[in-house]
Amino acid sequence: MADTITIEVFRYRPEDGAEPVYDTFDVPLRQEWRVLDALNHVKDEVDGSLTFRWSCRMGVCGSCGMMVNGVPKLTCSAFLRDFAPGPIRIDPLDGFPVERDLVTVLDDFMGKLSAVTPWMVHKDERSVEQGEYRQSPAELAQFKQYSMCINCTLCYAACPVYTHEDDFLGPAVLALAQRYNLDSRDDGNEQRYPLIWSDSGIWDCTFVGECSVVCPKHVDPSAAIQQAKVQSAQSFFASFLPFGKR
Amino acid sequence: MAETIQHDVVIIGGGGAGLRAVIAAAEAHPDLDIAMVSKVYPMRSHTVSAEGGAAGVIKDNDSKENHIHDTISGADWLADQDAVEYFVDEAPKELTLLEHWGCPWSREPDGSVAVRPFGGMLIERTWFAADKTGFHMLHALFQTSLKYTQVTRYDEWFATRLLVENGRCQGLTAIELRTGQVRTILAKAVIMCTGGGGRIFPFTTNAAIKTGDGMGMAYLAGVPLKDMEFVQYHPTGLPGSGILITEAARGEGGILLNNKGERYLEAYNLGTPLDVDDPEHPVKRSMELGPRDRLSQAFMHEQDQGNVFDSEFGTYVQLDVRHLGEKEINRKIPFVRELAKNYGGVDPVNEPIPVRPVVHYMMGGVATDISAATELPGLWAAGETACVSLNGANRLGSNSLTELLVFGARAGEGAAEWAREHPDFDTAALEAQAEAEQRRIADNFINKQDGTERISTIRTELQTAMESGAGIYRTEQSLQATADKIAELKERFKNVGLDDHSLSFNTELTSALELEFMLEIAESLAHSALQRTESRGSHQRTDYEARDDANFLRHSLARYNAGGAPAIDYQDVVITNWPPAERVYGAEETVVKTDDV
Repeated sequence: MADTITIEVFRYRPEDGAEPVYDTFDVPLRQEWRVLDALNHVKDEVDGSLTFRWSCRMGVCGSCGMMVNGVPKLTCSAFLRDFAPGPIRIDPLDGFPVERDLVTVLDDFMGKLSAVTPWMVHKDERSVEQGEYRQSPAELAQFKQYSMCINCTLCYAACPVYTHEDDFLGPAVLALAQRYNLDSRDDGNEQRYPLIWSDSGIWDCTFVGECSVVCPKHVDPSAAIQQAKVQSAQSFFASFLPFGKR
Repeated sequence: MAETIQHDVVIIGGGGAGLRAVIAAAEAHPDLDIAMVSKVYPMRSHTVSAEGGAAGVIKDNDSKENHIHDTISGADWLADQDAVEYFVDEAPKELTLLEHWGCPWSREPDGSVAVRPFGGMLIERTWFAADKTGFHMLHALFQTSLKYTQVTRYDEWFATRLLVENGRCQGLTAIELRTGQVRTILAKAVIMCTGGGGRIFPFTTNAAIKTGDGMGMAYLAGVPLKDMEFVQYHPTGLPGSGILITEAARGEGGILLNNKGERYLEAYNLGTPLDVDDPEHPVKRSMELGPRDRLSQAFMHEQDQGNVFDSEFGTYVQLDVRHLGEKEINRKIPFVRELAKNYGGVDPVNEPIPVRPVVHYMMGGVATDISAATELPGLWAAGETACVSLNGANRLGSNSLTELLVFGARAGEGAAEWAREHPDFDTAALEAQAEAEQRRIADNFINKQDGTERISTIRTELQTAMESGAGIYRTEQSLQATADKIAELKERFKNVGLDDHSLSFNTELTSALELEFMLEIAESLAHSALQRTESRGSHQRTDYEARDDANFLRHSLARYNAGGAPAIDYQDVVITNWPPAERVYGAEETVVKTDDV
């Protein structure tokens, strides 16, 4: 293995008013280094102005998503050795405005996440003294996978619909709505349906499935959306039954 | 300066404690205007990395008395017993609330919440969501907090200073990262929930953001830091990266082996190993389920004797979970498998995991009383930032996730009440302070062109000094050398220079401000450790090997002293029912209570 590898990093400084450029750095190609380690090496030793988000460096905080050679990745889990001999091109995640260098603007994502009632709705609220809601392991398994999302937004960068349709709620947010809708303790489906069944919801999804391919936590948002579509259709036909919904 | 922002209650920090405080304040008084300021989006906070679980008594075979005694003995009697009793009482309620808010706790077949054993526990009482408990708790808290429309969030705003006027904390300054502007936020009450500062050490489980900002801000505002000398080394981190392998791996039956294949903990007064196939294995409060301080110390002795493995990332021992089998590993500790494969290069189904002790948690922090209030009126603190004191000289695994709920809630309620009773601001004086802070940041960093010291150089030297002088075993000489080095680094920091002089999202500026806080808390730690001439829990002095209750059954209080070493004072430990006794692990012990004596 060579001693170094070249990284080409997207740079954009809003205060310059200049077009984005790529800066090139040669970094040590160490067996255990991830793309994130290379970026930190540059920031610490070469150019302190290189700007990116990171924190846990163990694939759970969701901060460090970037395009690595055109594919959305958590850079704390993308090893340099897998891209040897390089070069490696590092861009901010597709589909989002860029704040600076590799930092994307998350306002749209955060707004949509808050909009789908992503909290527990109980018709009959138990008191603390009444203890926990019972939930069997099988009931837990119904939604567990969709609760594993770390909000890294890689699925948005991969989604061809999100790039073109401003209103589309997107894979992670729809999977989150489904996570609550499938939770045996929750009674909030009726509150969530209008938005997730709307023009900006599940029917916008063209079922390309790229979201599930890039998801680092195997949440499978495309399955969540597909499930929600089936529920929606059943409910639509059910509404024509003489006695209303079952 | 831009327009001054005003709120009733402002919470700094968007992790578990901060979010719990937000919800508590909003529930206590729905008419209050609440804000949260966090340097990262809340779901990025380090609570997300907690793996194993949260302790709370719910099962019939357990009792609050057990949880209290485990916590106090785990703390080597340095915990305040009134705080422990309050904590243990509140724990099940808080964990049940989290359940109501959607946390996907792992379940028994009958649908009730399941529990698992952790180190230093007589009876299993750790609630868990597989081995991503902190992740699920954080997301459940964050998503629940979105319900409250009276809450304004300032995500990616970096708090730099508390505003104190007329003896009251009345707000803070913060940099809005997107624009680089220093903003003034007035608050009738402020709650500090910014986590610990493990990043002052080179090898830590802690995320990059854990730089002790809140401890530093409170300290510089005159609030003492309590028990800073107590730093928890978790016995099982991955060599190189320091990524945590949860204690749950041992709670589920994992064993520790040295390079001779021996379960070496037996040699350190931690009990007798049972075969992994024995139905009684793992025995609680014994062997691999001993407390973290003792296990990390045992590693150091094994290292001295040459009984550890060597690698380019340092020495290690082995954590073996192979006997659990692939199915149980996937069911109970799937994240352990993922982390070991991705970052340790081994699949624990087939190979033991290399592990070594790693800085994990600061027992010390901003001194608060049992209500999470600091001595500065208007300022509360909760979570790892704070020292209540619940954790004493060694925290019990799975108490910290519960702690951030219990005391986050308490802080939220207390701050809400205070805000209603103290409606006035000294606005002009506070704005003048904020302007001075803006000038300081501009002059010392953004506009300074002649600085020659690099942030990463000072940071690395600080971390090296902490590990070499204030690690698992310490002496007067080693601590003095560390303290001297920190004093030197503080001087050199004045000459720090940035490459980045722009405003938008300047993470080099925030790294500099973080490093400034790191230097302060490191100094308080070194001096508190220097003056504690005894060994207790995680603080082990090879020149003072015994616990000294006559002189040191007391909390240290480090106060900021501009231009010199911190002043160290002491405060008695609160003893209610459990007089100091010897810590016993791996054997039957008699629990003595005051009323039995």
